[in-house]
Amino acid sequence: MAQVLMKDLNKKYDEVHAVKDVNLHIRDKEFVVLVGPSGCGKSTTLRMVAGLEEITAGEIIIGDRVVNDLPPKDRDIAMVFQNYALYPHMTVYDNMAFGLKMRKFPRAEIEKRVREAAEILGIQELLRRKPRQLSGGQRQRVAVGRAIVRHPQVFLFDEPLSNLDAKLRVQMRVELKRLHDRLETTAIYVTHDQVEAMTLGDRVVVMKDGWVQQVGEPMELYSRPANRFVAGFIGSPAMNFAEVVIKDAGGTLWAETPGLRVKVPAARAPRLRAYAGQTVTLGVRPEDLHIAGGAENGDHTFSAVVEVVEPLGSEILLDVKAGTHSLVARVEPTVRVKVHETLRLALDPERLHFFDARTEAAI
Amino acid sequence: MSRRPRRVLVMMVCYAIIGLFMLFFLFPPYWMAITSLKTNQEIESLKGIPLVIQQGATLQHYVDLFTRTDFLIYFKNSVLVTIPVVLISMVISVMAAYALSRLGFLGAGLIGTGVFLVYLVPDSLLFIPFFKIIGWLGLLNSKWSLVLVYPTAIVPFCTWLLIGYFASIPRELDEAALVDGANHAQMLLRIFLPVAVPGLIAATIFAFTVSWSGFLYPLAFIFSPEEMVLTVGTVTTLIKGDVYHWGGLMAGALLACLPPVVLYVFLMDYYISGLTAGSTKA
Amino acid sequence: MSPDSTAVQTAAPARMRAARARLGVRLRSRAAVGVLMTLPLLVLIAGLVVYPFFYAMYLSMLNKRETTFIGLDNYRFLLTRDTFWLVVRTSFLFTFLAVLWKAILGFTLAVVIHTLPTRGQRLWRGLSLIPWVMPLALSSLGWWWIFEPTHSALNWLLVLLGFTPQAWLADPFWARVSIILVNVWYGTPFFMITYLAGLKSIPAELYESSEIDGANAAQRLRYITLPMLKNIIAITLLFSTIVTLATFDIVRVLTRGGPRGYTHLFGTYAFELGIASGDVPLGAAVSLFMFPLLAVSAFFILRGIRRSAT
Repeated sequence: MAQVLMKDLNKKYDEVHAVKDVNLHIRDKEFVVLVGPSGCGKSTTLRMVAGLEEITAGEIIIGDRVVNDLPPKDRDIAMVFQNYALYPHMTVYDNMAFGLKMRKFPRAEIEKRVREAAEILGIQELLRRKPRQLSGGQRQRVAVGRAIVRHPQVFLFDEPLSNLDAKLRVQMRVELKRLHDRLETTAIYVTHDQVEAMTLGDRVVVMKDGWVQQVGEPMELYSRPANRFVAGFIGSPAMNFAEVVIKDAGGTLWAETPGLRVKVPAARAPRLRAYAGQTVTLGVRPEDLHIAGGAENGDHTFSAVVEVVEPLGSEILLDVKAGTHSLVARVEPTVRVKVHETLRLALDPERLHFFDARTEAAI
Repeated sequence: MSRRPRRVLVMMVCYAIIGLFMLFFLFPPYWMAITSLKTNQEIESLKGIPLVIQQGATLQHYVDLFTRTDFLIYFKNSVLVTIPVVLISMVISVMAAYALSRLGFLGAGLIGTGVFLVYLVPDSLLFIPFFKIIGWLGLLNSKWSLVLVYPTAIVPFCTWLLIGYFASIPRELDEAALVDGANHAQMLLRIFLPVAVPGLIAATIFAFTVSWSGFLYPLAFIFSPEEMVLTVGTVTTLIKGDVYHWGGLMAGALLACLPPVVLYVFLMDYYISGLTAGSTKA
Repeated sequence: MSPDSTAVQTAAPARMRAARARLGVRLRSRAAVGVLMTLPLLVLIAGLVVYPFFYAMYLSMLNKRETTFIGLDNYRFLLTRDTFWLVVRTSFLFTFLAVLWKAILGFTLAVVIHTLPTRGQRLWRGLSLIPWVMPLALSSLGWWWIFEPTHSALNWLLVLLGFTPQAWLADPFWARVSIILVNVWYGTPFFMITYLAGLKSIPAELYESSEIDGANAAQRLRYITLPMLKNIIAITLLFSTIVTLATFDIVRVLTRGGPRGYTHLFGTYAFELGIASGDVPLGAAVSLFMFPLLAVSAFFILRGIRRSAT
């Protein structure tokens, strides 16, 4: 069991600077998810930990060893690949045993570990089959099994669920979480799916363009995003953004834009006062918008025209237009609205987000 | 015309065309086969229908082939040449293809293109300088000269074919093996070769066929019957005197054709995948 | 970042430098293994293709006894000889007609097989390849017997159908027809198999959507099949041009270049001069005349392959 440290980690290809000054401390037994859009450097970071990519600058430490110049086999890691990378000519058993054979484990020990892993994953009946005789979910389990028989210090997962269909993906997600609770091994998990990141990670690392944007527990990222990118990336449907001007009206701050005028809550005022007269980005999550019942005062309401209604069963998404802004509101399934109807919407003043228009950092 | 009758008509036309092609393609082997089974009298006879055996079949030509000609010597020589040619060619090709497709080094791409160009060099361009070189090496009139020159025709194609096969093996598989602790040799022997078996079979078939069918090189380099291989031996020495022994000649030609044809019948899919790799997979 | 990370932070710069040096070694050793494994191939190509090629050029500039350097005299001599010009004409005529027929027949057969129900395709495809699989020198021997004028099948068939029998391999015109016929018999399967593979790579949706758009069979061929196969058709044609121009076995077995040199191709003529008559330099010069055409074809093949790769 081990911690993983990345210090000022950088990766440069000929043209591209793929990973920039990444500093992370992954604690022992922690499940950390790297998430971000494609090309954000998350996979490259993972592959540097695995030893599959050379490190341009910086250091990676697993346990208490600097592993920069160690080949993958000496790093005491195991990896689950996106396309499973099962050896097509070997049986499931041999696939799982291969890494142990390469390390010259005694036959009995290999047998014991493979049986054990197969039992954990529920694939005892498949041991004699070849990969092509397995379904996608079964292949996925074998790929995980191949990693766990090694009893490595760190598990590395490179988008392991992205080739599964939606239903199976949800099921495997739960299984992976259960497995991690049971094995208590440090794990680094790469995905582009923010739902996967939120559900699996003890902590989540959001990356973009090679930079780490924010590191935090899932709910922390959701409720206190460090910048506009994280705010927009985490959460589905995505947060609504609008460019607004901060106006000082006799000591009270207002965020204004054609079609929308919102009073800035007192708690947020001190920091926003510096932006008076300037443009900032206002962020509101769809669930923080609701249809005004009449009880609200006018400080946080505005009118909007319904453009699309998406009834999802447990909720309804309304795509509305307020002035020139397109917004999404998530409302109760019992609400009855029609397209082109004009609504009065209210937003939750305590849950507004403000971002610097230039730096995009949260204010 | 409605859909169904038109479909039937199209099928009839297709089968008629296929029938004509089959007649064209298969008549020569058929003609060779029945000639080899006819008695000499029937072959010489100008009466009757030559397309079928009318005066009873005989295996006499085959018996004569083994007892009264050097056919067995040629056969043995062909085998003795083909085995080392296939082995040498495959070892060189596999190593080069692995290095060129996976161990990216400076100039690897250039070599890949060069290999393809060399593959396009026909034997009728190089046999004359080879004739001189083999003379210097003292290998004229020796079957071993063929072991030296055949790989030039085989290795480039096999390397090129295998580069294609290796390139289609996902890189994740190497990486998994690397994480599992395999070194280069183990990776090649325990992962690459087993996964690339179809490619290896296709390349081996190609090597075998080229080596077995070669005609120009043995014709140019070998003169005495005890060193000759099947193709040249059959064509040049089974023709004796002014009267052609068609029956014996056809029996010899058919038997000599047998190994590649049998190989093809059993491994058709590999054969075809190797054949189409040349132009469709790039 | 955290207190427990300080333990491993000591002397980082020095270790980094050492690590990078070791990394360099690892990279270089990987490349070294690569070069080492490619070496046999390189030796083979350099020693048995590149060197002989240049040696052939040198040889072609010697006199018959290979004692004196005579420059381009062999080439000049050849260009004054009617026999050589006959070989040139035959080679081009043979290559052009044989490749053309192979392409037409191969394409027809591929389309026909592709039209049949999938179940039967395997059998027809398998049988069609038999001519390609038989060693050419030996099947040419079979053809030689078919062309035999008095006892064999071809003339018997002609007489049966009311035509006059021919002295197939003794008449200049019919001898040329014969070698083209055998080459077409041998090479059509190759065209068929590559075109069939090409046809199978065209997505069925394209045909379905064009049918909905109202295209008939001829239009589908014109607007979908041919454009989609353009590259494969071109590569196969060029490839076959090289192989056909270099033909040796068929002519050597059927006619040995006769009658009166009318069926000699570059390869057989070079063999006749260089090996059979012992004028090695002149033979080398003849075979080198093939090179420009081969080089041009090879260039376009390479270009075609690069294009289909992107």
